[in-house]
Amino acid sequence: MKHVNAKSFKVDLLARVEGEGGFGIKIKDQSVKEVKLNIFEPPRFFEAFLRGRKFSEAPDITARICGICPVAYQMSACHAVEDAFGVHPEGAIRELRRLLYCGEWIESHALHIYMLHAPDFLGYEDVIQMAKDHADTVQRGLRLKKIGNAIMTLLGGREIHPINVRVGGFYRVPTRTQLQTLEEDLKWARDAALETARWVATFTFPDFQRDYEFVALRHPREYALNEGRLVSNKGLDIAISEYEQHFAEEHVQRSNALHSAINERGAYFVGPLARYNLNFEMLSPLAQGAAREAGLKRECRNPFQGILVRAVETVYACDEALRIIADYEMPAKPYLEVTPRVDTGYGCTEAPRGILYHKYRFDERGVILSAKIVPPTAQNLKTIEDDLAAFVSTRLHLPNDRLEWQCEQAIRNYDPCISCATHFLKVRIERE
Amino acid sequence: MTVPAQSVVFIGVGNPFRSDDGAGRAVLRRLRGAIPSGVKVLEETGDGAELLEAWEGADCVILVDAVQSGAPPGTIHRLDAKLEKLPIWFSHSSTHAFGVAEAIELARTMGELPERLVVYGIEGLDFSAGTELSPEVAEVVPAAANLILQEILHLPAAQPASPF
Repeated sequence: MKHVNAKSFKVDLLARVEGEGGFGIKIKDQSVKEVKLNIFEPPRFFEAFLRGRKFSEAPDITARICGICPVAYQMSACHAVEDAFGVHPEGAIRELRRLLYCGEWIESHALHIYMLHAPDFLGYEDVIQMAKDHADTVQRGLRLKKIGNAIMTLLGGREIHPINVRVGGFYRVPTRTQLQTLEEDLKWARDAALETARWVATFTFPDFQRDYEFVALRHPREYALNEGRLVSNKGLDIAISEYEQHFAEEHVQRSNALHSAINERGAYFVGPLARYNLNFEMLSPLAQGAAREAGLKRECRNPFQGILVRAVETVYACDEALRIIADYEMPAKPYLEVTPRVDTGYGCTEAPRGILYHKYRFDERGVILSAKIVPPTAQNLKTIEDDLAAFVSTRLHLPNDRLEWQCEQAIRNYDPCISCATHFLKVRIERE
Repeated sequence: MTVPAQSVVFIGVGNPFRSDDGAGRAVLRRLRGAIPSGVKVLEETGDGAELLEAWEGADCVILVDAVQSGAPPGTIHRLDAKLEKLPIWFSHSSTHAFGVAEAIELARTMGELPERLVVYGIEGLDFSAGTELSPEVAEVVPAAANLILQEILHLPAAQPASPF
């Protein structure tokens, strides 16, 4: 393709997105001709890497895919293996997994709200600039994140790439007294999360919304983290094992990433905003109250308010963690035994960024014959591109630097985790 | 479960599943056993917030990570972060948006840098998914390890490990 008359801008980096990607927007005759979000991600590498490995290695290997949400990868992998071998941990083991996940939500949401996204709203280049004027706020975010990490350290063995998780449960479980050491910090964290929601509620949100199809897990008795059916606001209601009958991945030439779509309907939206819209009633009363106080309605279709929903989910995660700790009774055995068999297993859990799908096929010794991993960011790519097209088309009058800033902010609404991938996220707007 | 803070911390940063991004941790692993016993040794993925916690309370921090500055692969960079701001390219090789350079600059802004902070960068070539270092990078791991060991041994606070 020739762009002889194209005015092209190469802007530095899209920092504050985990990893590398890049987006190009082509504008011609005052309309958006093309939006391409290029993201490179490594699930294919890991899928190949997993073949021939034992079932017991899947949680730890897949946790390495992402340093930001290792628990999500471990949980989806464990559930998938257990599904194949017909094992279902209940009681305290199930609760501890939920607690571990709360830790990851707290640390991931705190990182994104404070370190990555808030600077956009407050007009700072990055959190370093923001800290010059808001040091106490940044300290609060760091401490909140640290408390999420503390849960992961206690249950997971260490915060990055927890090593205490195994198929069937845990290698070791904490005593009641050990868990209670988290309580005081978590009470502070819950208050800090409420403060976070109040703070974020003062931001100015661009007036932008679209008619999304939100997809999330739904569970009849809880705000779904580890288990549930996949539902949407447009009628989807399926078992996770039916995922591939309803969702397809298409390879996009320009990128190593696969774009996911719902059959016949196309783009969909996963993550905090989807969960909030589909499962609001399952949030704790405190979290629901925080949402109302922050001005959120029962339904929210403005992706820029995702930062607010993350704050609400952080309140919930702290609240839920405290509930689990208060109710905890140490299980007699930290894990259930599993016996391999020839079968296929499915796992889908709610990573901080949205549903993370795993599928494994095993032989009789529990060796992985094939693996499939669909991370949340791959599922949101089409929606991000559609958002950018719609967003830019109403802001063509803006100078490029301003427009690029707002596009970056719009991409960060999805907290895209491309960490596994790479480095530079180049922003390029071409005007013809 | 937390290790008591010690005055010297040595941190190897990187993701070993991202080819040359694992260089920092390869250096650290080469030095395990040779590092004086008083030094706290940590392997990190490069999440900036974790780094801030990792060096909390430390007087002296030595950190090694892979970088992409445009120099030939295998180039060993040494930066005194107390004296100079980290160059922008330092954060380019990180898989984290809030990575090593951001953590250091945030700590500087908030007046929380350790007394001494030396950063070694090993110029990488290939940061795609994979578990092997490029030959140019693998070749300099011993030299980088030796430089860092000499630096640690000549710190006033560290004592040589007992041979027994």
